[in-house]
Amino acid sequence: MSDHVLSDNPTIVPVVEPMNDLTTQSSLARDAWNDMRRNPVFLLSASVVLLMLVMAVWPGLFAGWFGSGDPRQCDLAVSNNGPAPGHPFGFDTQGCDVYANVIHGASASISVGLLVTLFCFVLAVVLGSISGFFGGWYDAVISRISDVFFGFPFLLGALILLTSFSERSIWTVSFVLALLGWPTLARLMRSTVKSVIDVDYVLAARGLGASNWRIITRHILPNAVTPVIVLSTLNIGAFIVAEATLTFLGVGLQYPAISWGLQLSAAQSSFTVSPHLLIFPSLFLGVTVVSFVLLGDVVRDAFDPKLR
Amino acid sequence: MGRYTVRRLIQMVFVFFGVTLIIYAAVWALPGDPIRALSGNRPMSESTINSLREQFHLNDPFYMQYLTYIGNLLRGDLGTDFSGRSVAQQMGSRWPVTINLALMALLFEAVFGIALGTIAAVRGKVTDYVILFFSISIISLPVFVLAYMGQILLGVKAGIFPVSGINEGWLSYILPGFILATTGMASVARLVRSSVLENLKADYTRTAHAKGLSNFRVLTRHVLRNSLIPAVTFLAIDLGYLMGGAIVIEGVFNLPGIGQLLFRSTAAQEGAVVVGVASLLVLIFLLTNLLVDLLYGVLDPRIGYE
Repeated sequence: MSDHVLSDNPTIVPVVEPMNDLTTQSSLARDAWNDMRRNPVFLLSASVVLLMLVMAVWPGLFAGWFGSGDPRQCDLAVSNNGPAPGHPFGFDTQGCDVYANVIHGASASISVGLLVTLFCFVLAVVLGSISGFFGGWYDAVISRISDVFFGFPFLLGALILLTSFSERSIWTVSFVLALLGWPTLARLMRSTVKSVIDVDYVLAARGLGASNWRIITRHILPNAVTPVIVLSTLNIGAFIVAEATLTFLGVGLQYPAISWGLQLSAAQSSFTVSPHLLIFPSLFLGVTVVSFVLLGDVVRDAFDPKLR
Repeated sequence: MGRYTVRRLIQMVFVFFGVTLIIYAAVWALPGDPIRALSGNRPMSESTINSLREQFHLNDPFYMQYLTYIGNLLRGDLGTDFSGRSVAQQMGSRWPVTINLALMALLFEAVFGIALGTIAAVRGKVTDYVILFFSISIISLPVFVLAYMGQILLGVKAGIFPVSGINEGWLSYILPGFILATTGMASVARLVRSSVLENLKADYTRTAHAKGLSNFRVLTRHVLRNSLIPAVTFLAIDLGYLMGGAIVIEGVFNLPGIGQLLFRSTAAQEGAVVVGVASLLVLIFLLTNLLVDLLYGVLDPRIGYE
């Protein structure tokens, strides 16, 4: 990403220096990276995020550590039993191994977090660039639409929109959350695009006869997209929490999906007598979200020129 | 300022119609016949279905349905639910509960948020990190998990607070209000912390120190006063969000408020109630946002309006 920004930006890299000599280059992205890799908070949160991503993609790697590791192998005789040998997190109401379920739950929760972030990002970049670059009617229409979606209190909007779907999957939940989440990012994108639209290198490119498409993709986007990326990373954690909350309200993911939200929501009937049903999923959820939030925080600070 | 207000009001009216249109469409126009869903597996007679469809204007084209609804709404008529009870009446008895809850939460947010933020800013690094860690942990857990934990630890185990219902007066609102406030509290603390840190370095603070004021007086009279603007605006905006967050909290603590009504009506597919409650919540949300924008200019004269 950072190299791409560099090579496309004629004001920062005017001459064709040997690009492999990374240490001599200096840019916001590189300074930020240099800052971050020495920051213990970054190292810690990035490792946890990485671990959770691996867990989401290959749950089998972890699930088999204790017992069978199959989240759907259940025995009603041990319903709600606490931790036992071979089952460190105990059993849920159906008698399934909580450890295997928590490991397998990473996938759905993290997928929703990342998908919503991705959808929001794409919507924001496309709509924000159009409205910032072309202005006029495009701007007026897009801004009014974003006002409308911004007018929803987040949870309320998601609750109502999701009720109208009878079948809900990771995709529908992500779609609805993205629909409500993009306006903030699009507004940011619009203003950063506007701030670079009149700079010399854009005028120069225009003077040389570059097409709008080329100006946007090669000159404007690389210089306007960083704040949007930074804010996006800050949002991932919030979306994971939102999925869990909506699932709790009964409008998020549905069985037979396995997600932390579903496990926590199932815990509500018996958590006073079997607190382990509440503790372990929320521990994993909490640690994951904290890591995403801290990661986003570090990234934001590193990219904030005012703090340098 | 006058022109700005008018422009914002026009914008708000537009947004209100857009939002209610989407809510209305999501509830009434999407797949699933709300009338047939009423009777479950036992089919209703055609005449009953037809009279119900007539009563709820379901035979009209969609835009007419919406316009009729908005027309009635503007005249203060929120319609009835499927069993004929007035939506306005159902809401009326529940408003006080939600308002009490939201105000209680706002109070907690303001008091604890400002105190924690200030302490984090002025008391060395360790305190700062501890408070930072706690505030990030809190916003990283879904509010219903915090609610359960509060119920177990402070309600069931310690027996300090009631865990359900509103039978014990204002005492019933303390625990739910506190849980509802946690997320906002963390945000207020972070806002106050950063602006206190900024203002501690300001020239007027140095002047105040130089003329011999005590640390406490400098902090409370000069630094805090100027640091509270972002917190105050945040609190005002948050009032709208608290109304939404009440959906979860009122469910967990079984408080008979607007949020619980909305949640139950969504589950029971009581379209008229859902649209009514949601529209009013959106209206409150938009009005608080508008107020905040105007308030911002009053509190901080450096901010001008185009």
